[in-house]
Amino acid sequence: MEALDGNAIAGALLAAFGHEMTMASGTCATCGQTNMLAALRVYLRAPGAVARCPVCGEVALVLIEARGVVCVDVRGLAALDYESP
Amino acid sequence: MAQLVDETAQTKSLVLEVPGWAGHRAGQHVDVRLTAEDGYQAQRSYSIASAPEDNYIVLTVERLADGEVSPYLTDVLGPGDPLELRGPIGGYFVWEEELGGPLLLIGGGSGVVPLRSMLRHYFAVGSSIPLRVLYSARSLADVIYREELTRMTEDSGLDIRFTLTRQQPAGWRGYARRIDVPLLAEVAFPSDEDPLVYICGPTAFVEAAAQGLVGLGHDPSKIRTERFGPTGG
Repeated sequence: MEALDGNAIAGALLAAFGHEMTMASGTCATCGQTNMLAALRVYLRAPGAVARCPVCGEVALVLIEARGVVCVDVRGLAALDYESP
Repeated sequence: MAQLVDETAQTKSLVLEVPGWAGHRAGQHVDVRLTAEDGYQAQRSYSIASAPEDNYIVLTVERLADGEVSPYLTDVLGPGDPLELRGPIGGYFVWEEELGGPLLLIGGGSGVVPLRSMLRHYFAVGSSIPLRVLYSARSLADVIYREELTRMTEDSGLDIRFTLTRQQPAGWRGYARRIDVPLLAEVAFPSDEDPLVYICGPTAFVEAAAQGLVGLGHDPSKIRTERFGPTGG
């Protein structure tokens, strides 16, 4: 399956965090590499979006929007940094 | 929606009047959400094709035969119909003049849509940053915004190179193959000029272009990419 990138979930991230997040830095909890969320490999053909680390391929975050609820699982990120608005 | 414009056989532009629109930056996108009577929702991201300076918001949508959203937008929705948008969205795949240049825009297929916003913005602000565009399409008939791009070339000296990967008209003098390293080496600014590059298109296209440029010595941090795939529906 072909991966998209973090730009594809920018809207859902905005809904979840209330902030533009594609330029935020995420540190992978598995390999320790830091990438912009725009660079994550994103798979949309799941129940929700699965975003994987572009370096090691492990799941970085899972994001589901359904019936007006946004659910974010960020266990795959050791840190998430962005400039405060 | 104010107007629907045919671009190519597979793509149409939706010209939208958006009350309360706070403005956008060139390269950003919006999420379009459709809600059925039973409450079922489907949502897709579409790049904004218009410049921040334009009076309307324009989305150019490629009709995917098995898509859930795009056939509705191109075939069912008509002028006067409402549409639910979320946006503008994104801060990474955005070009503004203060980011500098030289500027290289590379688009594959409907990946040219956000680049068109950047081009319109570039000319609207009267930028003098050196600019080149590389646009890969299957055939001349698949080139979106062909008239406008031709006009930009004739009136403003836009340096745009085309590659037609499947079918070329008789006497075609542009490129006729998928993007590869020799092609990139001819078109791209030399890496020592430290250009800022935006690449948008299908995933495989973006990978080929980005990896090719890195191989030619370009700084990966100056290459901004946006991938879309058949899941765009």
